[in-house]
Amino acid sequence: MNRIYFDYAATTPTDPRVVTAMLPYFNEKFGNPSSIHSFGQETKSAVEKAREQVAKLIGAKPAEIIFTSGGTEADNHALMGVAFANEKQGDHLIISGVEHHAITECADFLKKRGFRATVLPVDKYGLVDPAEVAKAIEAKTILVSVMHANNEIGTVQPLAAIAKVIKERKAALGAKIYFHTDAVQTAGHLPIEVDALGVDLLSISAHKLYGPKGVGALYLRKGTRLTSFLHGGAQEGGKRGSTENVPGIVGFGAAAEIARQEMAGENDRVAKLRDKLKDGLLAGIPESQLNGHPTDRLPNNLNITIKYIEGESMLLSLDMEGIAASTGSACSSGSLEPSHVLLAIGLPHELAHGSIRFSLGKYTTEAEVDRVLEIFPPIVKRLRKMSPLYVCK
Amino acid sequence: MASNYSEKVMEHFRHPRNVGEMENPDGIGKVGNPTCGDIMEMYIKVKDDIITDVKFKTFGCGAAIATSSMSTEMIKGKTIEEALKLTNKAVAEALGGLPPVKMHCSVLAEEAVKAAIDDYLKKTTGKGLPGFKPSEEPICEH
Repeated sequence: MNRIYFDYAATTPTDPRVVTAMLPYFNEKFGNPSSIHSFGQETKSAVEKAREQVAKLIGAKPAEIIFTSGGTEADNHALMGVAFANEKQGDHLIISGVEHHAITECADFLKKRGFRATVLPVDKYGLVDPAEVAKAIEAKTILVSVMHANNEIGTVQPLAAIAKVIKERKAALGAKIYFHTDAVQTAGHLPIEVDALGVDLLSISAHKLYGPKGVGALYLRKGTRLTSFLHGGAQEGGKRGSTENVPGIVGFGAAAEIARQEMAGENDRVAKLRDKLKDGLLAGIPESQLNGHPTDRLPNNLNITIKYIEGESMLLSLDMEGIAASTGSACSSGSLEPSHVLLAIGLPHELAHGSIRFSLGKYTTEAEVDRVLEIFPPIVKRLRKMSPLYVCK
Repeated sequence: MASNYSEKVMEHFRHPRNVGEMENPDGIGKVGNPTCGDIMEMYIKVKDDIITDVKFKTFGCGAAIATSSMSTEMIKGKTIEEALKLTNKAVAEALGGLPPVKMHCSVLAEEAVKAAIDDYLKKTTGKGLPGFKPSEEPICEH
């Protein structure tokens, strides 16, 4: 059976050009970048080249890039690093209600250690209102963290407008407030200029942009106070000791370079396929609805709620046909609570349990979209027939 | 994900037994709630103290559908007394085991059977199942 992948938001396959770039750095060019001999110098320069490539993707300077083990570490480093480095200035953090768990659970951890956190509400599309940010900021606020685009529902946040109100409130209060964004879903997918967005810290993960797993980056604007995350080495400007993941970093750099060059055309192509899938499913399945913003959303994300049935049984049924998707239903996550993102946008529990996400990518074809359009509506019909909530109309 | 389930669970998910509604059932059991993401409805026909037919409808995950299906198979043709001995563990075992986080589905299946019998007894004897209290509050954890 031909398998079809509609879960690019979970992870992407590594681009073959990226793999080619990485291969020499396993056994041919294996030196430790901290060594002063030629073996070390060739990997050192490879890491610095990758740093330039990643910096260029987001309009940053190479010295402002800290390589990490991935998006989760970048988020952890941002929250803990800012909180602990600025605890004399203040004890208050602000996050949105639709953040990734890498942010929410860091905030919970910090709350147990004497910090306070305000969770901002979002509207029915998942958008944060900049006026709410202004309202939440106080003299003791040290960090605002709002993700660039949501991983589940795809909604893109008005970061520049949020940065503007932070700047105004900062000036009025004479406070030092840093602005962080989790750009794991957008880096390499949407154009990013850190200055235009007005952020001080930004998290990226390589495996979401056709790079390898186990590597990511934290952008840190010059002058931002941040504690070290790993102690025991001078790597990454002393912010993250540990011998560099050279093949991973080289692959990340190559993936960033490719993404920067191919992003614009790819976005148009994927958005067209996504819209075909969206229109086809919403028309072919009665009582289904789009989740997330209708236009301010990632070009590759489609999240819909199918009334009267549950997400995991949809996923299992699709998987039996070789189609991979994702759901915000609790039943697939190992917990019993449905997605906090779907609850935050106001979906009642039973509709949150009935959500399904299709995320497209650069290897998605129109034939694959057609296959989902053919396979999925009958699956819905079959499951609805079993559902006590569904009354035949 | 699919690999978390045994072959038997997947088989019952693919081909659930006794799905549907029943005309004039002798007992109806409704358990679970939409908040938790699973609802089971079970309908039984009883003749001479024997469960002659069972049907179910379930809103829920793969395990919820499979445990519903398996429990209907396990009580069909049984006496009320035998059906009351059905435990959630027996349902899970018959399915070749369930992931720990899905054990609550088997509890729900056992409760659905008991709720249907409770309803049948209420209708026929005026008294329900002694000591049976279906949980009305939305408690997702079992």
